[in-house]
Amino acid sequence: MTRARAFALTLGGRSKAAIVAATALIGGGLGFGFAHLMDGSIEYWGVVSGPFFLTLRVAIPATVIAGVTGIAAGYVLAKERFPGRDVLETLGSLPIILPPTVIGFYLLEVLSPGTRVGGIVTRVVGHALVYNVAGCIIAASVAAFPFCMRAARSAIEGVDPKVEQAARAMGLSNSRVALRVTLPLARRGIAAGITIGCARALGEYGATLMVGGDINGKTRTLSLAILDSFTTPERNTMILILVLMAVTAMTGVGLLGWSRT
Amino acid sequence: MTSALDVNVTRRIGEFDLDVAFAVDSGIAVLFGPSGAGKSLTLALIAGLVRPDTGTIAINGRVVSDTDRNVHVTTQGRRIGMVFQDGVLLPHRSALDNVALAVRQTTGRKERRAIARAWLERVGAEKFADRRPSSLSGGQRQRVALARGLAGEPALVLLDEPLSALDSAVRRELRNVIREVIVGSGVPAVLVTHDAEEAEDLGDVVIAYSDGRVIARRSIERPARTEPRHERPPSGELP
Repeated sequence: MTRARAFALTLGGRSKAAIVAATALIGGGLGFGFAHLMDGSIEYWGVVSGPFFLTLRVAIPATVIAGVTGIAAGYVLAKERFPGRDVLETLGSLPIILPPTVIGFYLLEVLSPGTRVGGIVTRVVGHALVYNVAGCIIAASVAAFPFCMRAARSAIEGVDPKVEQAARAMGLSNSRVALRVTLPLARRGIAAGITIGCARALGEYGATLMVGGDINGKTRTLSLAILDSFTTPERNTMILILVLMAVTAMTGVGLLGWSRT
Repeated sequence: MTSALDVNVTRRIGEFDLDVAFAVDSGIAVLFGPSGAGKSLTLALIAGLVRPDTGTIAINGRVVSDTDRNVHVTTQGRRIGMVFQDGVLLPHRSALDNVALAVRQTTGRKERRAIARAWLERVGAEKFADRRPSSLSGGQRQRVALARGLAGEPALVLLDEPLSALDSAVRRELRNVIREVIVGSGVPAVLVTHDAEEAEDLGDVVIAYSDGRVIARRSIERPARTEPRHERPPSGELP
């Protein structure tokens, strides 16, 4: 079976509709973008390639960090009962609830060398974690985290506890039950959460603006570059950016399909 | 002589009160009674999936639960094998992998798979070793589950209504397989059923339950075994 066919077969009705809609939007974006490229805006590649590769440099490690910590937090929330569990879940979900700029403000409080906590963090790490790539990665990780955590929790809770009991009766330790039974069985839900988290990290704007500072050539990611392009006469730059984002989104969708098969 | 299993526990869940005491030696002990009598709860207590309110449980003389001394050995530490009603195989693993995972981890991967394959052969399931549980029939899944329950060299194997989800023809055939393989392995077993015929066919001793109490106990005399141990189950079309 080809990957495309396996992908198509594993998609449910609603997912299919979503994919069709997404593909139409992406296709439209690509067509529009390429039309303008042919019109002479290819010279802007140099302008947008920096933000594009910076976005990947930020989003990939941010997705890994949010994925690993989100799965761990989701596992604890799904499996453990302890005082303050609901508080912990609410705190973990705050980046969804609060405006990104508020998240950025709190991150600045924690990371900026000028604050009490930030000063300690800076001394421990050895360098500042704001207005550089590290700050952008932290902001994108925080934005992506709740999606990974909530999807992992839900997927782990959906695993039949009898299968885990059977594994324990086979003598598997709790950590081996988690790694060889629970997480593999929850992998589709977890993968969906990581995909959404990755998309969130790719498109992160508000917190990245505050923690990264929108420094051209240093912390200006695609999302920031789009807004910047509106204030310049070269609006075609934005079109090329849209194309690059569309390609990135398609890759994300492709990864989602791969994980489902 | 030390019993294979010694149970003397109480446990209350809502309005239901379980208060049972019995000992089991070698062979298959059947816990028999109507649904809701507390048979499966007893099995969960023996497996360590549920803690007793009071009392003790000992497997081969080793105390695994003792509420007075605050002893509660985890399910993993009890060295038990379990066979559930609907198999409960790991759906993302092949039949062979399911059994191999239960083989003691002190052995190498290759050896574990060889041991698992031998167990699948013993229960007549070698033909579908590489298949996933979703592609197996109910009877085939229970054969694999039985192999998995025994592959870890357990001190005791627990079977929770292993045949109740199967049709009558498959049930009859699997009764023979279960009895042959468990008795052949020499591992003591506790089997739960509400089917009187099944209790008679499978048990060396039948412990009757009613409303959370043991109300009767009867040993079943069987002719001495003449066939060799670890005999292969009958070949032919498998259920």
